[in-house]
Amino acid sequence: MFQHKTGAIKLFTRQWQLQSMVIPGIVWMLIFCYIPMFWLIIAFMDYSIAKPMLQSPFVGLKHFEDFMTDDRFWRSIRNTLGMSSIKLILGFPIPIFFALMLNEIRNIRFKRTVQTISYLPHFIAWTIFGGIMLNWLGEGGVINQLMMALGLQDREILFNSEPKYFWWITYFSDTLKETGWSAIIYIAAIAGIDPGLYEAAELDGANRWQRMWHITIQSIRPTIAILFILAVSGILGSNFEQIFMLKNNMNLRMAESLDLYIYNMGLVSGRHSFSTAVLFVRSIVALGLLFLANYTSKKLTGDSIF
Amino acid sequence: MVKRRRFRRIGIFEVCNALLMLAVCFITLYPMWFVFINSFNAPEQALLGTVNWFPKEFSLASYSVVFNDKTLMNGFYITTMRTVIGTAVHVLFTAVVAYGLSKSHLIGRKLYLKIALITMLFSGGLIPTFILMTKLGLYDNFLVFIIPAMYTFFNMVIFMSFYRTIPESLEESAKVDGASDYGVLFRIVLPNSMAVIATISLFSAVYHWNDYYQGVLYIRSQDILPMQTMLYKIIAENSMSAIQQQAMAQFGARLPGNSIKFASMMVATLPILLFYPFIQRYLVKGVMIGAIKG
Repeated sequence: MFQHKTGAIKLFTRQWQLQSMVIPGIVWMLIFCYIPMFWLIIAFMDYSIAKPMLQSPFVGLKHFEDFMTDDRFWRSIRNTLGMSSIKLILGFPIPIFFALMLNEIRNIRFKRTVQTISYLPHFIAWTIFGGIMLNWLGEGGVINQLMMALGLQDREILFNSEPKYFWWITYFSDTLKETGWSAIIYIAAIAGIDPGLYEAAELDGANRWQRMWHITIQSIRPTIAILFILAVSGILGSNFEQIFMLKNNMNLRMAESLDLYIYNMGLVSGRHSFSTAVLFVRSIVALGLLFLANYTSKKLTGDSIF
Repeated sequence: MVKRRRFRRIGIFEVCNALLMLAVCFITLYPMWFVFINSFNAPEQALLGTVNWFPKEFSLASYSVVFNDKTLMNGFYITTMRTVIGTAVHVLFTAVVAYGLSKSHLIGRKLYLKIALITMLFSGGLIPTFILMTKLGLYDNFLVFIIPAMYTFFNMVIFMSFYRTIPESLEESAKVDGASDYGVLFRIVLPNSMAVIATISLFSAVYHWNDYYQGVLYIRSQDILPMQTMLYKIIAENSMSAIQQQAMAQFGARLPGNSIKFASMMVATLPILLFYPFIQRYLVKGVMIGAIKG
């Protein structure tokens, strides 16, 4: 036993160079990931940032009761689920559709050009992209001009000041920005399909749509399943950079997602413990959702992340 | 793959599909075109409303306001510094940690990997992280852009899987010649990993360049505020720097502010737009590696 131990120490010192590469990384993780995890316990305290943590009194589930009875919390849950559902139901198929259609383009150069252009907006900052959206949705903006020219509305609407449009604004602007980028994975999956399958199907007399359905879709099903699992498990999240950019005092009623609620309560109002309690519950639910989505997908399609 | 392309006639489907793709290109490019033309529009003209296709009267007035705005230019400088330093530190640190972890004879490797993996499933989240930054003295400190962004699990995994494709004989022959682990890493492994280094550098650089949120959260002093955070304040909160207010007073209305806004947006996006054609294939490569791993 003793012999073995000294052996290990000797080995360890012999590979000190490798260890000195890894240990700073581990220390970084302990500081920047594990300390914040540990600090989640302030959810059970009345924490004040000016004092050392352990001097703050334990208050049990007080903050949990507080937010569970806060209407604004439930409103933020509704907003998050609303925006996520729209994105999931109406947004999830769009990149798949785009990838399928792009795959039907036979001119390689045209195809490549379209693809390259399609993911450009992904690399534009939300400050810029959001700025464009705010301009378009405002007075005299592109959207108003377009709607009036088409005769769909007879006067200007300040879209971003009316709460009822907010969910749709996030959906459309997200689609506009991310469709091309999200399609990359599907395009790659389609490129990996054996061309022989298509030829065989063609010989059997399958038409374009049948080939798309029976070969392309079936072949990329695992990719779709995995991305769907991730999308479902992220349902309590929101695109914070987007919402933070597009929200204002007038649309806050529909714009305040759970993330924004945590931000507003924790950092704007300074209720650190209260917000951490919300964070705490959210992390647990999100993790549960991930396992649930994974399990469901495994049962239904046989594809899963882990 | 066997080439087997019979001549096929171009049907309605092909035409519709090509039109659809052109439409996609149009709606993707138009927003940037919109910013571009409006930034060149004369401020007096902007009074009449925003322009949709071409500037009514070409003018560089808005750009001269932006480039003479010391605050904004300082933001540009901070963003540049942040991007250069942040990217270099991130790539170096992540590459080195990943190299150590990729060695199967590393003592404690299983434990290290578990520690790394758990960070993927749980995180402290916004408030505890904010408190940590405050306690570490990173609040209102330029280093808040660099140190917390030194490492990501995802990029480490990309590095690790790339190292595995480098032939072991290459490393072993260097070891026989007496090279240390650091010697092997810096003289053999990293020079052979240029493709993955390029990809990760670009992702990191784009993140640093585009991020405005860290600045909103942690920075109070004007002199270390990144450009994107300033833009956020100008666009979303409608705040203006002194020189912009002066310019507005000169042109005397609310709307000229618009063309100044667009000019600042253009300046903040130009590096991305200029490099985009050359870097985009590395970015796609990056997401592919990530997808295969994930």
